[in-house]
Amino acid sequence: MTNHNHDNHEPVIAGDDPSDIEGQLITEALQALLIRKGLLSAGETTLEIQKIESPGTHLGAKIVARAWTDEHYKQRLLENGKDGAAELGIKIGEAQLEVVENTPDIHNLVVCTLCSCYPRSILGQPPSWYVNKAYRARAVREPAAVLYEFGLELSDAQRIRVHDSNADLRFLVLPQRPNNTDHLSEDELMTLVTRDSMIGVAVVKSTDAQ
Amino acid sequence: MSERTQIRARFDIGDQVSVLELEKLDHVRTPYYIRGKTGKVVEFCGYFLNPENLAVGLTNGPVCPLYRIRFVLKDLWPEYARADNDELFIEVYDHWLEKQT
Repeated sequence: MTNHNHDNHEPVIAGDDPSDIEGQLITEALQALLIRKGLLSAGETTLEIQKIESPGTHLGAKIVARAWTDEHYKQRLLENGKDGAAELGIKIGEAQLEVVENTPDIHNLVVCTLCSCYPRSILGQPPSWYVNKAYRARAVREPAAVLYEFGLELSDAQRIRVHDSNADLRFLVLPQRPNNTDHLSEDELMTLVTRDSMIGVAVVKSTDAQ
Repeated sequence: MSERTQIRARFDIGDQVSVLELEKLDHVRTPYYIRGKTGKVVEFCGYFLNPENLAVGLTNGPVCPLYRIRFVLKDLWPEYARADNDELFIEVYDHWLEKQT
C-alpha cells in the first residue's frame, strides 16, 4: 500500500461479512494459478464479467410494458415466462422464469434468503440491499415492515406473496399498470417501469404522480 | 438432460407435505426456516440436478423432481402479525419432503 492520507469516510465497499475477504483471496489465488498454467487468460475473465454485467433492467421493463398492452401476451407470459421473454427476443439464461402478477388484492415480493438468486438476464446484477443479510432474513419474516421501510404501504386488504428464490426458478414481478396511462405508448410505458417494482419493493407510478 | 436417470416424483399438486429436518449442511438449498413445516404443493417445476451433488462438482447424477410449495406465513412464524392469508412460495426437492395425510 502506498501512503494514503485518510479523511474520515466510510469504507468504500461495505461487505456483509468480513470473512468475504477470505473467499476473495482464494478466488484471486486460483485465478493467478490458472493463468500461470495457461488454462485461462485475464482477458477471458474480463469478457465473462462483461457478459454477466451487460443485461440491464430495460429488458424486464420491456416484458412488463408488453404485458400491460397485450392481454394475450400477458397470459402466455404468466404461463411460461421464458417463452414469453423469447417472443420479444430476450434470452433467459436461467433455468426457468416465473412471472408473478400484482393485482389490487395481491402484492408479490421476491427474495433469495440463501444467497443472491435473481433474474440477472433481464434485470442485470441485483442491488446491494438485495444481497444484504437483513433484507434476506426479514423479507420472509416481516415483509410488510420491510415494504414500509422502502416507502410502500399496503392496504390491510392486500395479501402478500413472498417468493423465496432458493433453487432453480427465477422470479419477475409484473407490477400493476398505473392509472392515467391509457394515452402512453408501449415505449413510454417502459420508461415508467423501475427495477424495484419488478422485485416487488415498489409499485409503478404514473409520471403525473412522480 | 433427457438421457439422465430421473428420480420418480412422489408428490402431486395439492398434496399437503412437510419439509424433513434432515441433518444436512452445506449447499442443500432447503433453508432452516421451512424445515419441519407443512405446506401445499402448488407446482411441479421439473427435474433438476441435486444441488447437494452439484456443489461438489458431481454433475453426472440423476435429476430430482422439484416442487413449488406454498406456506402460510403464520405457520412459519408464530409471531407473524399480519394477515392470515399472507403466503410464502419456495422450491423444495423431492427428497426433502414427506406427505401429510
